[in-house]
Amino acid sequence: MNKSMEPSELNADEDNLSIINISRRGFLKDLALSGFVLAAGFPSLLSADETATADKKYGADGMPHGWVDNPLVFVAIAEDGTVTIICHRSEMGQGVRTSLPMVVADELEANWLHVRVEQAPGDEVRFGNQDTDGSRSMRHHFMPMRRIGAAARQMLEEAAATQWQVPVEEVHAELHRVLHTATGRSLGYGELAKAAAKLPVPARESVRLKNPADFRYIGKGQLKIYDGRDIVRGLGQYGIDTRFKNMLYAVVARPPVFGGKLVSYDAQAALKVPGVIKVIELPGSPPPAEFNPLGGIAVIATNTWAAIQGRKALTIEWDKGRHGAYDSVVYKTELEAAARKPGKVLRNDGDVDAAFASAAKHVQAEYYAPHLAQAPMEPPAATARIVKGHCEIWACTQAPQLSRDQVAKWLKLPADKVTVHVTLLGGGFGRKSKPDYVVEAALLSQAMHGKPVKVTWTREDDLHHSYFHTVSVERLEAGLDAQGKTVAWQHRTVAPTISSTFGPDSKHQMPVELGMGVINNPFAIANVRIENPEAEAHTRIGWFRSVSNIPHAFAIQSFINELAVAAGRDHKDFLLELIGPARRIDPRSLGDEWNHGESPELYPIDTGRLRRVTETVAQKAGWGRKLTKGQGLGIAAHYSFVTYVAVVVEVAVNDSGVLSIPRIDIAVDCGPQINPERIRSQLEGACIMGVSLATLGEISFKNGAVEQDNFHHYQLTRMDDAPREIRVHLLPTTEFDTPLGGVGEPGVPPIAPALCNAIFAATGQRIRQLPIRDQLRKD
Amino acid sequence: MITLNINNAPYQIDLPTDTPLLWALRDHLGLSGTKFGCGMSLCGACTVHIDGEPTRACVTPISTAIGKKIVTIEAIDQDAIGKKVQDAWLNIGVPQCGYCQSGQIMSATALLKHNANPSDADIDKAMSGNICRCGTYPRIRAAIKQVAALKEIKS
Repeated sequence: MNKSMEPSELNADEDNLSIINISRRGFLKDLALSGFVLAAGFPSLLSADETATADKKYGADGMPHGWVDNPLVFVAIAEDGTVTIICHRSEMGQGVRTSLPMVVADELEANWLHVRVEQAPGDEVRFGNQDTDGSRSMRHHFMPMRRIGAAARQMLEEAAATQWQVPVEEVHAELHRVLHTATGRSLGYGELAKAAAKLPVPARESVRLKNPADFRYIGKGQLKIYDGRDIVRGLGQYGIDTRFKNMLYAVVARPPVFGGKLVSYDAQAALKVPGVIKVIELPGSPPPAEFNPLGGIAVIATNTWAAIQGRKALTIEWDKGRHGAYDSVVYKTELEAAARKPGKVLRNDGDVDAAFASAAKHVQAEYYAPHLAQAPMEPPAATARIVKGHCEIWACTQAPQLSRDQVAKWLKLPADKVTVHVTLLGGGFGRKSKPDYVVEAALLSQAMHGKPVKVTWTREDDLHHSYFHTVSVERLEAGLDAQGKTVAWQHRTVAPTISSTFGPDSKHQMPVELGMGVINNPFAIANVRIENPEAEAHTRIGWFRSVSNIPHAFAIQSFINELAVAAGRDHKDFLLELIGPARRIDPRSLGDEWNHGESPELYPIDTGRLRRVTETVAQKAGWGRKLTKGQGLGIAAHYSFVTYVAVVVEVAVNDSGVLSIPRIDIAVDCGPQINPERIRSQLEGACIMGVSLATLGEISFKNGAVEQDNFHHYQLTRMDDAPREIRVHLLPTTEFDTPLGGVGEPGVPPIAPALCNAIFAATGQRIRQLPIRDQLRKD
Repeated sequence: MITLNINNAPYQIDLPTDTPLLWALRDHLGLSGTKFGCGMSLCGACTVHIDGEPTRACVTPISTAIGKKIVTIEAIDQDAIGKKVQDAWLNIGVPQCGYCQSGQIMSATALLKHNANPSDADIDKAMSGNICRCGTYPRIRAAIKQVAALKEIKS
């Protein structure tokens, strides 16, 4: 029988710690066998914390635990020549387990065929920041990974030169070997590993990076994704796939309303379900939500199905608490009322009132965007076990160190008694940055005396208990002069804030949210006022891929279309006029101190780049081309995660009002493109996620609870409704020393407005409320 | 105790007969390539072949699979077309997170076994039961067409 046909024994032995892909012990063992040996207490662990001197830290320096560029931490070379490279960021579809190790391999002159990737456990002191969000992995770790590879290469060259007793300048590394051209000698990496490991790590200043012209992999995009073979054979290990012999399976009934409490429950019927072993009350935590579990009643069983059946048999009475009346229909009217009154002034350029008074035309519109759930295809899941006071976790988490800290806090263990193994993530989109489900697993294992327990969230759990994308009303007003030029701009943004999840009663958006396309709006308009009226949160608000850029871009880029129509101008020309001439704007001059966490000097807002993507996408999409009745093109441009994106969507709307999307063109300037193949796949995916949220996405609340139970209610775009063709246009760069932009998120925000603008072009119907759903239907 | 024929081998399963095949595969046999996504036949992540037909394992009680040939993603490379679908998936670079791709590959393989040269409409019909949150649909379509373009699967 074929090996792959046998039941998985991958993780069948409870006593073997190195079973699931990458346990710490497995890694140490491998390293001990290899040339590079991890020395305990290595003296010069190179970390940003020790070296950064500026008062305000930006980029990777500004993240918890910064970055690490020590090759001894990230690279191991075995005597058979196998190069093991650690990936310290979570793989959730962005290709990070391919792209980051690829950077190391390139500088190391390693042959990718002999590279093995290992996933780091949660340990930021050792590996640097691991929070896989904010479109930051490559942006922040490209240079550290290059230095890691280059330093390791230099150590191998040094070892070879020493062995041959020739000056190191006479040798060079090339594709897994070090060569001495003069004598024709060469040694393989495996042969050199032991000696190289004994050499000092070169000082950062003496690390010689490759000339980009010599890159083998960086910028090329020829490598297949590292986990592809496993994925297509069903062998990829996701968080939900963790399995031990005799492990226990749990599902949890959580309070349906955020802030609700358990009053009473009856588990008698549940305990009679075959396979159910125990019913346990799980502690929750009073608001703010933070990353704490919600509490509830857990059903422990011998398999997931039995646990689900057991949960159905529970009788539970909940107290709804203070958010029991949350109703999305009512709340929308509250947001609208707030948007129609002045709010906290965030930016006030020129004299907006005078400009409105003298304007020839006054245009005003309100845009509504609902809550969304990230709904990764793999719902949250985590496994925990506790052996001799040490808790081990296997989880699909975007936040390995945070998971470790949270488990330590809840189990009252020191962090070094918690190990978090990071599995593949079946999508994340921000949901898996919040480790409430990881803590649940740890608490349940503790309650079961340390036995391995896996908690699985059903789709209903995932949709009911997400950390939801906010809900918002954006009210925009503009004054046009007699020539149709925009002379006044007022934007009121109203949305419950993510900070409400972490502090009591926060009602204003925080700088991180406002810096996502509201206050850092770079348009060439003399009179601008931006306000943020209050909004109270009634559920856990969290980040969803692209976060507040979604409603902000939807409103602003839709409104520009309305203004172009009012001014009788071509939308693309009008948009370019608003963007204005090429200039590099200090975001602080717009009131944006955050700037996606990046240095304002390194990352000014470059309107020239925003113009360029806009002009490029218009040209590539054939802007202005002749279309037939019911067809239309829409355009939008948006700057986020320090990347510039513009989109043209082509739609067709038939006589019954059925929408189809024959084509999307998306032009992107993200600076240097490290792995263009995965950049393209991210942008294709962003187009589809943008279409999905624009056409179908909505989470709504009634009597405090989410109304959508599963994918029949919370619909996602499927094959038949997806854009038929997506053309990604990456703006060429040749410089690899210019700062990188983000990739995972910035493609999403301009999709909804470009789509709605295309619908207007096709039908004359204006969409100001998402999702579009059946707003176009005529039957 | 019932016996199921999975990937050409007999498996003894001691579970209530209304247990969905999905959980028997995942929790009892360790065949975790078949994924849970919704539990209601809404997303296709759990697609397996039962007597050659693409079937959602999350709503298929094990009792209804007795005496039938069950094939999961772990053995689809034993099928000539299944293997070509996997190769095309890698060649085109379809997967992002990869979680839904087991089900996508099972649906695509079933489509191509029944229809060697599917039209866009055929692809829509066969594949729209499988949700991909990462948005790999254009590449899935391209990969299916790549397999269809191979001479040897046409008869």
